[in-house]
Amino acid sequence: MSEKTLTSEAAVKRLKKRRGKEWRFRMWGRASIAFALAALAWLLFSIVGTGYTAFQQNFMRLDFQLTESVLAPDGTRDPEKLRGANYRRIVQTTMYEQFPEVTDRKDRQELFALVSASGSTNYLRQMVYKNPDLVGKTVTVTVPTSDQVDQLLKGYIKRDTDESRRKVSNQQIAWADTLKERGVIKKKFNRILFMNPDSRDPELAGIASAVVGSVMILVVAFVLAFPIGVGSAIYLDEFAPKNKFTDFIEININNLAAVPSIVFGLLGLAVFLNFMGMPRSLPIVGGMVLALRIFPTITIATRSAMQGVSPSIVDGALSLGASHTQAVFQQKLPLAAPGILTGSIIGMAQALGETAPLLMIGMVAFVTEIPNSITEPATALPVQIFLWSDSAERAWAERTSAAIIVLLVVLITMNGFAIWLRNRLEQRR
Amino acid sequence: MGHISIYMILLIAVLTVGGFFYNKSSALNKFRQARAAAGGKMALSSWHSQASYHGYFTAWLVGLATLAVFIIGLFIQGSGTGFNALWLAAMILTGLAVIILTGRQVSGQFRARTYVERFIKGLLIFLSVIAVLTTLGIIASLLFESLRFFKEVPFTDFLFGLQWSPQTALRADQVGQSGSFGAIPVFAGTFLIMVVAMSIAGPVGLMIAIYLTEYATGTVKKWVKPAIEILAGVPTVVYGFFALLTFAPFVRGFAESLGFSVPTQSALAAGVVMGVMIIPFVSSLSSDVINAVPQTLRDGSYALGATESETMKKVVFTAALPGIIGAFMLAISRAIGETMIVYMAAGKAANLTANPFEAVTTVTVQIVSLLTGDSDFDSAKTLVAFALGLVLFIITLLLNVVALTVVRRYRAKY
Repeated sequence: MSEKTLTSEAAVKRLKKRRGKEWRFRMWGRASIAFALAALAWLLFSIVGTGYTAFQQNFMRLDFQLTESVLAPDGTRDPEKLRGANYRRIVQTTMYEQFPEVTDRKDRQELFALVSASGSTNYLRQMVYKNPDLVGKTVTVTVPTSDQVDQLLKGYIKRDTDESRRKVSNQQIAWADTLKERGVIKKKFNRILFMNPDSRDPELAGIASAVVGSVMILVVAFVLAFPIGVGSAIYLDEFAPKNKFTDFIEININNLAAVPSIVFGLLGLAVFLNFMGMPRSLPIVGGMVLALRIFPTITIATRSAMQGVSPSIVDGALSLGASHTQAVFQQKLPLAAPGILTGSIIGMAQALGETAPLLMIGMVAFVTEIPNSITEPATALPVQIFLWSDSAERAWAERTSAAIIVLLVVLITMNGFAIWLRNRLEQRR
Repeated sequence: MGHISIYMILLIAVLTVGGFFYNKSSALNKFRQARAAAGGKMALSSWHSQASYHGYFTAWLVGLATLAVFIIGLFIQGSGTGFNALWLAAMILTGLAVIILTGRQVSGQFRARTYVERFIKGLLIFLSVIAVLTTLGIIASLLFESLRFFKEVPFTDFLFGLQWSPQTALRADQVGQSGSFGAIPVFAGTFLIMVVAMSIAGPVGLMIAIYLTEYATGTVKKWVKPAIEILAGVPTVVYGFFALLTFAPFVRGFAESLGFSVPTQSALAAGVVMGVMIIPFVSSLSSDVINAVPQTLRDGSYALGATESETMKKVVFTAALPGIIGAFMLAISRAIGETMIVYMAAGKAANLTANPFEAVTTVTVQIVSLLTGDSDFDSAKTLVAFALGLVLFIITLLLNVVALTVVRRYRAKY
């Protein structure tokens, strides 16, 4: 039996055409997946590619002579008075000593620009403040180079561009290279990025205050959103009478989950700041706004987790004489707990990445101190990323990308843990 | 709230937990005494509630009473920074008084469990009502501020005006006043970016959903699904940074190589990146919908000799259409409300244009740029942000409610 006996030539042609269509349809599917994966890869590569170098930074190891005649001409050892002393002079002297042949005033200025001016002076000031007896001695300290030198040695400032079009002069390049050869400049792990708060100088800016702020916001958001989310889910699923009001609550919660996050920011601005008069930039306000933002997510996850628990378990508890509340809280809820946990982690990850509502309640402040409590001005990691991304300098782009890498690692860990938990749960059923 | 508040809250917790254990043990003791008095032969069931419920009953009342004292104290003392002995004493005395009073109540007849369950139910209702209060709060605050705005600027000027320049004064002699508030260019920009985003996210997301539900083998699913979920988990500020740093210059370079001159901030750059962000959203919603189409429909189609793609296009897609439309509507609502990508990559200039290579502005961008920065909250310039927010809220609300109803009704059908 050959094909010809069953089908006409036209039918074979049609079949070929249909199979071609089938093949093309599949290719569209594969192309779509490839597109999405390529976009993801591009995003990650572009950010990791710009950001990974920020985890190391160039530092200078210098011997600073804390000359008494400069710092304490009157011989004082009062820490408060020493605070106002001229540390800039000390740093300048040290830098000039590196190249004694340089005497011209303008050249010396350029030489001084190799080191992070505020970084080194602040560091020395802190040292002397803590231990005034250091005055008159020589201390060996590692201080960051200026961001321009750092970018140059990392290869981001191209040496072959015209001198007038880059911020580092040929002279400075030669000095930096010499210092590197002498072992004065060394690349080290960038502790500043993790330990410092925000700063105007890119070489001194870190994410510490933003991370602390984000943690505070998340804690406040979780403490508020978790009971609201789980409680309203239990009520809607177990205790609510089936009437118009219950339907209304349900539609409300489903809608709130899809309301644009910036609207929650407007709510926070109008109610918490304008109406209640709370100050701007506080983690507690941010946490409250984000709690309203994420509790619907937790409610929806809890409801689907509770609906996944077999009704026979509740029936069994009821038939043994348990009250309805007992059956729900002691039997159903523990079984739904992994699902609730998954939903909560996803909600928290959402809150951690949220930026727009925080902008609305004024968390764009320039915070140079690590906040100690939820009622001190703070910023959050995504907001810090937003603020840094505004600056055009290359050093900022590098630091912004590094902050994004930190944020993404945390988020992927959270989401991965949630997915792992969900898969484990699905396998058990 | 100073540190004193934290200690006060700790004190409430200590009193509450202490009350629980005190009354639980006192209930146990009373039960044992009663049993001993009855000669050791007393049925458990002659006591209405378990000992722990007597404990919970006390804990509830102590918690509520001390919380009330705490809140009253906060109001009287204001910020609550200093130490206040009276406040502390009132708190401790209230707590102890409630513990002792409820301790006396403990007996076999006292229906502690019934009361505790009533408390729990009341708390659950309170928690659910917060959802309603949130929505009401949003509506009230947006409406209130918008009405103040519409007192200064006529409603029709806002909704149908073609000129948007809220930051600049119209005439030189206008002190403290600001310019014109015709929002059409803003709406048009939002719409343009949404169309760009959906023309990426719609087809790609839908095809991914179809391929993953109908064609993909186990291993492909196992690796592709989480990868696409990563796309969904990336914060929008990261997409914005990517658009700003990498994609927008790329678009400009590409356009320049074709001979166009394009600004770095363009509707296209923001729209495409936003489209990528929405892909996982569309694909996961659509695959839910496609999965819900019963297998019998597919089997019937295969039995008639249709290929897989024909079944997909003519049977499954048709059957799933209402649900897919719902999914698209939710995606559109998300695209309209997205803030960070457009704020960073689309620009702030209000151009009334349909050319995606030009910079446009959106509702969300205007809200952010009008409200960040130091400005007083009484000028039309800041109030208009709430009017824009109201429009945004109403449009997304309509989209969400219709979409959710469609999806739900569709699920009920099968």
